[in-house]
Amino acid sequence: MSEPRHRLMDFVREEIMPHRFCSGCGCGTVLNAFTNAVEGIGLDSAKMVCVSGIGCSSWIPSPYFKSDTLHTTHGRPIAFATGVKVMRPDLTVVVIAGDGDVAGIGGNHLIHAARRNIDLSVFMVNNMIYGMTGGQVAPTTPAGVKTTTTPHRNVEPAFKVADLVVAAGASYVARWTTYHVFPLLESMQNAMSRKGFSFIEIMSQCPENYGRRIGLRTGIDFLRQFKEKAIRVDKARGMTEEELEDRIVIGKLCDVERPEYVTELQKVTAEQVDLLRAEKEKVD
Amino acid sequence: MIIRFAGFGGQGIVVSSYIVGKSAVLDGKKAIQNQAYGSESRGGECRGDVIIADEEIYELEPTYYDVLIAMTQPAYEAFVPLLKPGGTLILDKDLVVTDKKLEPKRIKKYAISATDIAFKTFGRKIVANMIILGYMNTLLGAVSEGALEKAISESVPRGTEKMNLEAMREGIKLAGEGVK
Amino acid sequence: MALDENKRQYISQRGGKTYFMLGDEACAYGAIYAGCDFFAGYPITPASEVAELIAEELPKAGGICIQMEDELASMAAIIGAAWTGARSMTATSGPGFSLMQENIGYGIMTETPCVIVNVQRSGPSTGQATKPAQGDVLQARWGTHGDHNIIALAPNSAQECFDLVQECFELADTYRTPVILLMDGEVGHIRESVVMPELSAVKHTSRKIAERTEDVFGGQELIPGMIHYGEGMNVHVTGSTHLASGMRDVTTPHVHDELIKRIYSKIDSNRENIVRVETDLNPDGKARVGVISYGASARPARGAVKLARAKGKNVDFLRLITIWPFAKKQVAEFSKELDIILVPEMNLGQMSREIERFVDSDVVTVPRIGGVPHSVDEIYRVIMGVV
Repeated sequence: MSEPRHRLMDFVREEIMPHRFCSGCGCGTVLNAFTNAVEGIGLDSAKMVCVSGIGCSSWIPSPYFKSDTLHTTHGRPIAFATGVKVMRPDLTVVVIAGDGDVAGIGGNHLIHAARRNIDLSVFMVNNMIYGMTGGQVAPTTPAGVKTTTTPHRNVEPAFKVADLVVAAGASYVARWTTYHVFPLLESMQNAMSRKGFSFIEIMSQCPENYGRRIGLRTGIDFLRQFKEKAIRVDKARGMTEEELEDRIVIGKLCDVERPEYVTELQKVTAEQVDLLRAEKEKVD
Repeated sequence: MIIRFAGFGGQGIVVSSYIVGKSAVLDGKKAIQNQAYGSESRGGECRGDVIIADEEIYELEPTYYDVLIAMTQPAYEAFVPLLKPGGTLILDKDLVVTDKKLEPKRIKKYAISATDIAFKTFGRKIVANMIILGYMNTLLGAVSEGALEKAISESVPRGTEKMNLEAMREGIKLAGEGVK
Repeated sequence: MALDENKRQYISQRGGKTYFMLGDEACAYGAIYAGCDFFAGYPITPASEVAELIAEELPKAGGICIQMEDELASMAAIIGAAWTGARSMTATSGPGFSLMQENIGYGIMTETPCVIVNVQRSGPSTGQATKPAQGDVLQARWGTHGDHNIIALAPNSAQECFDLVQECFELADTYRTPVILLMDGEVGHIRESVVMPELSAVKHTSRKIAERTEDVFGGQELIPGMIHYGEGMNVHVTGSTHLASGMRDVTTPHVHDELIKRIYSKIDSNRENIVRVETDLNPDGKARVGVISYGASARPARGAVKLARAKGKNVDFLRLITIWPFAKKQVAEFSKELDIILVPEMNLGQMSREIERFVDSDVVTVPRIGGVPHSVDEIYRVIMGVV
């Protein structure tokens, strides 16, 4: 008898398993939540395109998730995904990439995609460091932390990326951590089922290249900290900035209906095609 | 034939050069139209060039012109030295004061009150360029009158075709009367 | 996607007429004739008129034109669109072309058919923003990092902007690679007559489709077929070194070696099928002086050759229509009886360097920078000085 097959095996490229994430890394958790989310809402992975950039978390869709995949240049996945979505709005287009990709080098693409409200789901795995390249400071690294490129200490404040995306005009924005797996999973389902630009900031752990610089040696250490630092968005509303200084605000940060970019583009094209036809009929 | 239209934004300078080029193409001739672009064309000064020939055009940006239409004083001063000796200068006489010292030898000068006539006859200063076009073309025979009419009709805003064509014919009339 | 109903409708309504239009506009119309489905761009002088006209007209033909936040994103978006099966294009000028180099490299590595129009202006940096130049000839060849090959064509009239952009789309699909239409600000910004043919005269080859996902990036084929997104084939596209299946393998030396050599040689070994030149040889074959030029510079260059011949001088003329891959055989052949080859170009001598590699004749650049094209007279005087 063959071994029983895991119900989610159809969603991963089995031939390249096991995955190569470091021990304790949060990327495996995100892959797990993502495949569960896809299965849970009955998405057909044949009608999905997963887009990623360069960095550890970009490996979640490329190569592990089994669908059409676009593994792009560093920072540009949202711009590539825009071209895919505009021409194939019937496909579910998901971007999974890291904080360096999405908020660092590609920050401009992020805010403009949110402004346009293009129907993409962007899942940004925020491990607060450039992990793949060996632990350099990221725009999301907290102030004071020593990294390989801030060997004395980081003097920059960390970017609150989800808040930025709310301000830029996204339809749906949430923040969760790899500790909050079930709400994360549900949030991913919401993001992928609704129209418009959806963004989830997933606070994740990199014990290898970040944890060891801040005294969190294992994945478990991180999860414990995520649990302690997390505060629900409704509770956080009544608190001052100082009180929230070291906390991670979790939950749904925005959920609004706005005209979607590709739908509006298609309307323009349909109008113009009709006008041209009318022009012809007039001539005839 | 190399023609430069020069003046101020809003005088229909660029569209005039476009219309002449388009007319030449309608006549089956070769034509190249060129103009100032981008930041170059900001700040009011404006120019439009057109080259017409029976054969292939090799000179893309000529240095010297056969014809200059100057609709402002700065345009006249900047470009009249670039007229070829024996070339043709057409200007709006109410807008330009000429200076012999700037002008090449043996040029033929024509000065008409295009803007003033446009305002008095059509109530619109903007059609001065059409008067100039009719006038210039009658003097030089650059393109056929039929082509010029067609090019104007296809290039001006919808609903203004009649007025523009009438202004062009006013220019033809002025040239026929020998107004200088 | 071939010419769909909306595009056929558009062409049947616009075609069969002669227009008077900018080279930039001709390029935009040519793209629609080529069946362009998607355009993404960012404003820049002297290429904005391409985007403006496409924005106006492409929706009428059923396509979509978007303005992205920068040229990096524009280039990314057209590659994304290409993998859905779209024919896609962007247009820019020097500063934007520099930004696009990153994803042009991605397009080459992933063998993505798409068209990049570069209406060259005077550089480096912002340079003379509104003025024409031909300073990006070598950037078009070597602008993105790593070993690669490229196809680039250079039109010398508004009509050729219309014609060659269509050829660019055909070449992009045939060789599964980004193709560059290397215009210059001069041909982009002159208005000339352009004949847009009737629908019946428009021909397209459709993109080759692979049968198996395992062959999308190689297999037995020099130029593999694509599989577009949405077919349930789990296509894996990556800019990293990959196997024929698309799966990354960035460490095995022979994987990289085979991939890059195949991508390089699919253009190199088809050089004779790609390259086009136009020659105008001295009628009695006695020329010892030749002129090679391209793009806008080829216009005054040709005029100067004609003028010299009218004065009884023997001069040969060759125009490069294909800039890359270089017409090495045609140029070597052209040079055989020549002592000296003059190369008028709107830079300080870029194509001259390439010509020099393949001829025994002396190669002399006739440079022109500053934003004004050569005059016929200036090239004529150089010719008369050496004949």
